[in-house]
Amino acid sequence: MAAPTLLRQCRGIVSLLYSSSRYNSSSTSSTANPAKVGVLQYLCNRFYDIETFVEVSRALKKWNLHRNNRFCIEACERYGYEVGAAVFVLNLKGRIRAWGQNNWHQNSITKWKDDLNFQRLEEVRLEAIDISGSIISYNGLDNLVNLKALKYLDLSRCPNIDDWSLSRLTVFRDTLEELSLAGCPQITERGLACLHHFQNLKHLDVSDLPSVQHKGLVRILLEEMLPQCDIVGMGYGETEPPVEGATNRREMEEHPEAAINLKAREIHT
Amino acid sequence: MFGGRTALLLRGLRPWLRVEPRRHRDSFRDFTKEFDKFRQKAKGILPGSDWTPLPISRDLPPEQADVVIVGGGVVGWSVAYWLKRNEPQSGAVRVVVVERDLSVSCLSSARYAKASTVLSVGGIRQQYSMPENIQMSLFSANFLRLIDEYLHVIGQPPVDVQFNPSGYLFLASDETAAILEENVKVQRMEGAKVSLLSPAELKKKYPWMNTDGVVLASCGLENEGWFDPWTLLNALRSKAISMGVYQSCGEVTSFTSDTTEMVTQDGEQIDFSRIKYVNVHMPNSTEYASIQCSLVVNAAGAWSSKVAEMAGIGTGPPDSISGVKLPVEPKKRYVYVWHCPDGPGLGFPMLIDTTGAYCRREGLGGNYLGGISPTEEEEPDIQDLEVDHEFFQEKVWPKLAHRVPCFESLKVKSSWAGYYDYNTFDQSPVIGLHPLVDNLYFATGFSGHGLQQAPAVGQAIAELILDGKYKTIDLEAFSFNRLIKGEKALERNVI
Repeated sequence: MAAPTLLRQCRGIVSLLYSSSRYNSSSTSSTANPAKVGVLQYLCNRFYDIETFVEVSRALKKWNLHRNNRFCIEACERYGYEVGAAVFVLNLKGRIRAWGQNNWHQNSITKWKDDLNFQRLEEVRLEAIDISGSIISYNGLDNLVNLKALKYLDLSRCPNIDDWSLSRLTVFRDTLEELSLAGCPQITERGLACLHHFQNLKHLDVSDLPSVQHKGLVRILLEEMLPQCDIVGMGYGETEPPVEGATNRREMEEHPEAAINLKAREIHT
Repeated sequence: MFGGRTALLLRGLRPWLRVEPRRHRDSFRDFTKEFDKFRQKAKGILPGSDWTPLPISRDLPPEQADVVIVGGGVVGWSVAYWLKRNEPQSGAVRVVVVERDLSVSCLSSARYAKASTVLSVGGIRQQYSMPENIQMSLFSANFLRLIDEYLHVIGQPPVDVQFNPSGYLFLASDETAAILEENVKVQRMEGAKVSLLSPAELKKKYPWMNTDGVVLASCGLENEGWFDPWTLLNALRSKAISMGVYQSCGEVTSFTSDTTEMVTQDGEQIDFSRIKYVNVHMPNSTEYASIQCSLVVNAAGAWSSKVAEMAGIGTGPPDSISGVKLPVEPKKRYVYVWHCPDGPGLGFPMLIDTTGAYCRREGLGGNYLGGISPTEEEEPDIQDLEVDHEFFQEKVWPKLAHRVPCFESLKVKSSWAGYYDYNTFDQSPVIGLHPLVDNLYFATGFSGHGLQQAPAVGQAIAELILDGKYKTIDLEAFSFNRLIKGEKALERNVI
């Protein structure tokens, strides 16, 4: 008697593990491990106590994110925004390169200071930042937006970079030449649209963006929008399997004619 | 032989003998069941139980509430959400939202057939001239960005409003360039990221544009764009309901108020009133429900002047305070969707022309939508939501095709109409208490900006109710008193 019930329950769990991937399709989710969330979700639906647990873990994650993306106010006040940004990037295990330097630097800030023997810290200008794979978020960009002469920015594989963060990068529109957004799970075609401000962009890496729909079309539109720019990582023929549980708007974009007619009809009934 | 007959008789009787005890047992069972039922009912009739002899309608509102919100659009639900979020302790404020246009069980957009929220274009911008409007819009943009933290319901998929951060592009002609420049100064002071563009820069950046007659343009860089209004409304509603807000489907037909007569120093007689009951007419029935309440929020959008009239606002003699009407009227606005395969691409922002025509991209498939506000003489009839297609041919298309020449050839695919809650006095919202009706708060008259300002307004009204004053954004400039004094809170528009 117990065995079939158990089996059914197991099946329920397994199907949830699969269906949990649909939460990833939405750009606001930043689930590192879908399997874990699926099980928690399942337990959450069954037991009320788990809800509290889920809430606490969400809060903890948020707190950690917030803590790591604080504005480095001490460094900024003492040495200016450029050094503040350098401290922030190095804290997140990123790499930096100042104007006039040949090598990337990824150790502590004191070593970097020794490298800059011919420059005063207040006069240093960051040329390149590689902050790939870190948990930098919209708030963390506070540290970077005051940079005067940033030419190279690597944001690849950052799980918390979303469309809103992309619109914040517009402050670098006159200086930025290379930008990498490869593997950011939250970036969609809506965010890529605001890259049209970057008139000097020469190299753009948009490979492996799971949330972008119609990659082939987006690639063509990006090229049309940034004619001077070399775009890599998004093929013309790339299409993706239909996402289960996609929102209405997504479906509408897939079949614009039908959807708009439908909308009009819905509104007029 | 006798023995044989007895046997026959017995055989004949056997079926009867067999059936009888069973039948007897069944009726006994029925009897105990009936008795149980009767006992239950008798128990129910005793005082202190829930049972009533009349059937209960499911959608009836509760009999008492602290705050009744009239109108379940995005503003109404936002007020409900912020009231629950800021309440001093869990369950301290009992909030009811009364909306005539929705059915409780149905979440399809067909239900909100006349609601302005879901018929809107869904834009958000910071390019206003009044600091209050800019602050509200900045707050709302922040709210939309963190919407999953604000409105996440446990066990539901994350909320995603599909925000398009493409920005607004305002074009100014010779006469309006100075105003535009001044507005941008104010916007920058308030923290909005706006850049000014000359016609040459414009031409370089947007090669598809015809810059004839454009002297200056301003382009929003951050926090501007458009989003899915339906998602915002639904998320606000489901979060508010999960926090314990009551939702009632019905139409508010009247208020029952207490009136106190007072005389000013000049000898003028003034009636102060206080709403005691909100009377709600249930749909598809003759049933009425009255909610005893301490505060009422008028968030009825385009129909809010009707609601205000029910409370006696604007019914007094013309020169008195009670004679000042709420100047909010429904105005019909058309939105057209067209297809233009050679149109501007991904970089196309929300474009506001010097003539007032606007358009934006919809998706990636070469679809665009847009429209224009008609002049006062050509205001359409507001009885129904029929779309005037000639209006597009005569008024909208020529202007847009002049500005964006590739729109010369296009095909209109669809269109719809929606209502603006148009403030005829100064096109600015009316927010806050009424001076004579003690417990009626307004959150209405947004003249088309209700969707983008809703999160901020909801918070402001909640602060006004719970704390007695504005804490985050001071919206005193939009109070009802300005209508009495005749001071306009005008937005200096470029268009």
